[in-house]
Amino acid sequence: MSVGALPQASRARSMVDFYLTTMRTQIQTQFQYRAATYMYTLGMVAEPTIYLVVWTTIADAHGGSVEGIGPGQFAAYYIVWTLVRTMNIVFTPFGWEERIREGQLSAQLLRPLHPVHYDLGWFAGHKVPWLVMYLPIAVVLSLIFHPTLDPRPVEVVVFLIAIWGAYLIRSLNHFVLGMVTIWTTRASAVFQVWFLAELLLSGRLVPLPLMPQWSQTLAAWLPFKWTFYFPIESLVGSMSTAELVGGLGMQLLWTAIGVLMVAGSWRLSVRHYSAVGN
Amino acid sequence: MRTGRSVCFGLVPGVVEVDGLMKVFRVPEREAGLRASLRGLVNRTWREVRAVDGISFTIDPGEVVGFLGPNGAGKTTTLKMLSGLLYPTAGEVRVLGHVPSKRERDYLRRMTLVMGNRNQLQWDLPALDSFELNRAIYRLPREDFARTRDELIELLDIGDLVRKPVRNLSLGERMKVEIVGSLLHLPQVLFLDEPTIGLDVTMQKRIRSFVAEYNQRYDATVLLTSHYMADVEALCRRVIVVHHGRILFDGDLVALTDRFAAHKTIEAVLADGERITLQVPKAETSRATAQLLAENEVHDLTVEDPPIEDVIEQVFISS
Repeated sequence: MSVGALPQASRARSMVDFYLTTMRTQIQTQFQYRAATYMYTLGMVAEPTIYLVVWTTIADAHGGSVEGIGPGQFAAYYIVWTLVRTMNIVFTPFGWEERIREGQLSAQLLRPLHPVHYDLGWFAGHKVPWLVMYLPIAVVLSLIFHPTLDPRPVEVVVFLIAIWGAYLIRSLNHFVLGMVTIWTTRASAVFQVWFLAELLLSGRLVPLPLMPQWSQTLAAWLPFKWTFYFPIESLVGSMSTAELVGGLGMQLLWTAIGVLMVAGSWRLSVRHYSAVGN
Repeated sequence: MRTGRSVCFGLVPGVVEVDGLMKVFRVPEREAGLRASLRGLVNRTWREVRAVDGISFTIDPGEVVGFLGPNGAGKTTTLKMLSGLLYPTAGEVRVLGHVPSKRERDYLRRMTLVMGNRNQLQWDLPALDSFELNRAIYRLPREDFARTRDELIELLDIGDLVRKPVRNLSLGERMKVEIVGSLLHLPQVLFLDEPTIGLDVTMQKRIRSFVAEYNQRYDATVLLTSHYMADVEALCRRVIVVHHGRILFDGDLVALTDRFAAHKTIEAVLADGERITLQVPKAETSRATAQLLAENEVHDLTVEDPPIEDVIEQVFISS
């Protein structure tokens, strides 16, 4: 066989093959660290459980509800929150410094595939073991906190789409954010501001209806809400079908913005990249 | 000084064509100490470093070329520009007809850059899983991929290594596995940056013979940097010597020695067992040898060029 003569599979088929192979590889990696995965899953549950206990206590102190949200709704919100949070785990912008220093970015740049595909495939596989392990925990939490959860079929369908939409939006945003590291080696301060904004305006810390009106208005113009609050509410809330479809439309819009941002900033960043690591 | 071939953009296409290639890095600079740190907050000073300073060369199909120079000479920076990792400040580069900085998929599928300290393998999994990932990345049909993979595994004799988790492999074993991973798509051009760094002699030899075999079997073009002259002597007929980002020599390895080796070493073992070593100017070699033979009863005699390391050092001194 002559060199460089290997034929290629078709593009669409090979992309599906790439994603499945990457996910499979990552699932295998996760199983190498079973103890770490257990601990991480427990850690993931701790945060919403704390929020849940706090809000349930506040609701009880206010005669059973806060702004019309009762303990059962809080329970549903934070149990689904954990599922959405797990889906929302993507490559952190903080990891870009190591990615550059250790030569991983250089290795990825040498491959005939945009690195964002690698991140998407990798973290899609990453969450499969977590989701599997979270489901029994969710059952236990449900038995303890009695969530009010009675979704319509359309809500379940929208939720299943929305959690992947949230994953895409967050992946693309973090990819753009991580590229700041190519321009300045100490980009952590920028990331901290971003994460603080996300914490407050996404529905992660507090369900958005409990926030002041001005911050709800602000949240509507930013991507964060569509990565936490919308997927959760699509399952636990009482949104109309039009609102559900509109929410998916907003996710599509933010995905498109993310794709454009990645494409544009990637072109500039690669040109600036100095391959300072390996 | 350039003694090698000229660059022929558009006339005789080489696999690698480089013309006036330059890379300038802008690096921050400051003195040590707290005062300098505070000053740097408001008034940062920068310095321009010309890592590669207008080099030109062409490499023909199937050539194996040694790219030599001391640390900081610009070797790795050049390889990174040739592979599309770095964007050149000035000059033109074409590899296999592509401009590397455009990073076209068709180009990336036809080349590889192997760096001695690069890690493209999944740390926790056997290398076979990483190979499988490369198959998907390079969109290789399964049958072709399996055939190439098995062929390369056999060539480097790593059948027992590829089933162990990568974290359990030694440095040398990992390097061999890395090399196979980098070649699964059968690249036409190999940029090898210190492929034998940190390896023991046996491992170095194995990798050398593997590169030679790959070059022969697939008629691949190879540009190789190494601080181990044994790598260069075993693989390269042609060398390009760079220093401070400029080419000092481009030509046959033999010509390098002829041009820059000022001395030859004569070693003689006399009849009484005494061993004599003489270093004589090259022009004096015949006369000194004749004199040695006439004045002594010699049992054994060798005349050698100086080690290639010394020759290259001489190139740097003369520059």
